[in-house]
Amino acid sequence: MIAFIKRYEGLWLFTRSPAAIIAAIVALLSIMGAAFAPLIASVNPYDLASFSLMDGLLPPMWEEFGISKFPLGTDDQGRDMVSSILYGARLSLIIGLSAMTIATVLGVGLGLAAGYYGGRFDMIVMRIADIQLALPAILTSLLIDGIARGILPSEIQQDLRVAVLTLAIALSLWVNFARTARASTFVQMQKEYVQAAIIMGQRPIRVMFVHILPNILGPLLVIMTVDLASAILLEATLSFLGIGLPADSPSLGTLIRIGMQFMLSGEWWILWIPTLFLVALVVSINILGDFLRDVFNPRLR
Amino acid sequence: MLKVKNLTVKFPSRFGDITAIEDVAMSIASGEIHGLVGESGAGKSTVGAAIIGLLQAPGFVADGQMTLADTDLRNLTAVEAHNMRGKRISMIFQDPQTSLNPLMRVEDQLIETIQAHEDISSKDARARAVEILEEIGIQNASERIKAYPHQFSGGMRQRVVIALALSTNPEVIIADEPTTALDVAVQSQVLDLIKELATNRKIGFMLITHDIGVIAQVADRVSVMRYGKVLESGTTAQVLGDPQHPYTQALLDSVPPLDRKIDRFRVPEEESNPSQKDVGNHAERWLLEGVMQENVGLKVENLRVEFPGVRTSLWQKPDSFTALHDISFDVKPGSILGLVGESGSGKSTLAKAITGLVNPTAGHMALGAETLPPGKLRTRIHPSRQIVQMIFQDPYSSLNPRHRISAILSEPLWLYGLVNDGGERRELARAMLDLVGMAPEDLDKYPHQFSGGQRQRIAVARALLARPRFLICDEPTSALDVSIQAEMLNLLKDLHAKFGLTILFISHNLAVVRQMSDDMVVLRNGRIEEFGRAQNVYQNPKSEYTRELLELTPVLPTTWATK
Repeated sequence: MIAFIKRYEGLWLFTRSPAAIIAAIVALLSIMGAAFAPLIASVNPYDLASFSLMDGLLPPMWEEFGISKFPLGTDDQGRDMVSSILYGARLSLIIGLSAMTIATVLGVGLGLAAGYYGGRFDMIVMRIADIQLALPAILTSLLIDGIARGILPSEIQQDLRVAVLTLAIALSLWVNFARTARASTFVQMQKEYVQAAIIMGQRPIRVMFVHILPNILGPLLVIMTVDLASAILLEATLSFLGIGLPADSPSLGTLIRIGMQFMLSGEWWILWIPTLFLVALVVSINILGDFLRDVFNPRLR
Repeated sequence: MLKVKNLTVKFPSRFGDITAIEDVAMSIASGEIHGLVGESGAGKSTVGAAIIGLLQAPGFVADGQMTLADTDLRNLTAVEAHNMRGKRISMIFQDPQTSLNPLMRVEDQLIETIQAHEDISSKDARARAVEILEEIGIQNASERIKAYPHQFSGGMRQRVVIALALSTNPEVIIADEPTTALDVAVQSQVLDLIKELATNRKIGFMLITHDIGVIAQVADRVSVMRYGKVLESGTTAQVLGDPQHPYTQALLDSVPPLDRKIDRFRVPEEESNPSQKDVGNHAERWLLEGVMQENVGLKVENLRVEFPGVRTSLWQKPDSFTALHDISFDVKPGSILGLVGESGSGKSTLAKAITGLVNPTAGHMALGAETLPPGKLRTRIHPSRQIVQMIFQDPYSSLNPRHRISAILSEPLWLYGLVNDGGERRELARAMLDLVGMAPEDLDKYPHQFSGGQRQRIAVARALLARPRFLICDEPTSALDVSIQAEMLNLLKDLHAKFGLTILFISHNLAVVRQMSDDMVVLRNGRIEEFGRAQNVYQNPKSEYTRELLELTPVLPTTWATK
């Protein structure tokens, strides 16, 4: 086992970094919890029949009046906080992961091509990226939201909320990938193995995806983790502001928005518990991204 | 004056301590130049770093004594060691591009260094700085001192670095590959300067280098290192003239001579595997099948390459920079043409123009009887893509680090539709590895598992698997150690003899080119200085420039080499 760990430098460094280990455990637990929410959660917060108003506003079990059926208490509708958080995290993670995937595919594809072809194509892609960067993510989301409301028939608008939100977040994140992919591609283009491939007469698509892409994955992987955290945070922000998901399909952001109403009335858990959960998730993903960056860039060690 | 005894340096790692150098002993008297020679990984630089106390963490001195006059260098506090550096021991680094701060005037860097060690006014420090610059041969020093490093040429910049090392009157200077990044003409000036300083100022020099010619030219004494140990040590004439250790002998045998062409180098210990006849034969037969076609030559006429200049005005089109001025030459079918030039002479640009990576502005190229379309006009499937193959300078970047050797080698086979069956491709790649002197099992490894010389062999195998008729070798040995270089040159000579390849051999090293070429071209600032039979060019150079290059190339004195 030890010999195996020593063979891979990344693994070896991992065993020596307590922060990375804790972050990995927190992130893993949250993600597993979210993935298996229907199996773990005691109630389904989407199913109105599964909870009762009678149980409303119960505090966490360690407080006075808390009961062990609801370890972290309930909200005003009587929903179990644990279940709400697990389902909320599920939605947040689904949106975050899909937004990140779309941003990766779009950004890396455009960045690779811009770096490979250079010249005018590069200029056009990068100017679009600049414009994108000048628009705040919230503005982009509002824009896409508005367009979606305008062109989609109202029956399916509710069903497509998640898709619209995902697209809006992806569009505000792809620039990071495009810029990094382009810069790394420029570096690789100077390497002789790429020149060899071009001289041999290989197809540009093959040179880009078979030769260059595997060699620029390191920095992209780092951005993927960091941007996953950003995407989750962005979704929470948008939902908190009410642009994102409605209250009947609560994501973490929506939960926090609902909790805001109870901040000053003594039911602190409705706000604080989802907030702390969000912070823990985002911070741990960020620490993992930071750790990956150290692994891929030995100079920072 | 500087004495080192039993010096052992270790580096802790996740596999336990690694001994970088072991039991090294040497002494440097004042005014003496002590050469430290060895191939990469021999531990030369570690010796220098240990003496000056700048071992890279986590390395540590495990054992031994180091004394400078009566100071024990091992028992210094951090502050004392800091004061020692620069004041009594200075260092000159390899690359003058990076050892000066690009944002500070030379003046400020010199004054800063002087004031760090002596309590004198800026005015006095400046006067001293000007004096030193004049001493090391920078004209009009009181004006030039105000310049920034980038305003000096490479050689001048290295002089400034030397001035920086001198500014505190050190007793010993450690020079780590001080001329490796420089062209021959500049190298010889810098070496002369070092020699002068040793004689006039009585400074002891430790000259770390891989170039035996440099050692022969300036060093008084020399130590030969390998695997962290000193194998042989003595006066230069003694060690290089009458080497006792077999490794030193082998090393000297692999240094290409400038004054004659030798058919094959005697190689120390073959890094390569002895061929298992029948395996390599398969590749040989396959290659010879393709050789049935005639040898091809290359004709280049009035080739001109211009690069767009830097824009200085918004309205004017910038002047273009001409990298190649109407170059004409031809490579005869089946011959080797050597192309020599200093950095910036346009050698690599020429190679890129031939392979189509660079768009020439004018001129005509023909491969055999067919015109070679320039740059972007050459389609991806043009036959020359297969006929012309290239071997690059840097074996560390010419193989895709994420691909297995088998994938790298079978690429040309399917790309050109030479072999369509996957199993057969693998078989042929295996045979080709054997042909270039590698083990067939290496097929499933990744490039990083090989040394520079082995990687270069793999690059040759990849080129051969395209069944080329014309090979461009762009500085194929300049990143390799001399003994590996000798093996590589042997391999190229063998391949040329067996398969009648036409080769364009590009190098900055006149001695290496001499060993390879039938004809040769001397390139300078994008113009041809000389073009003719190699024999004639070396023995009877027509151009003043060629003669100068030949004179300045450091070589072993003939009396030593022909023992």
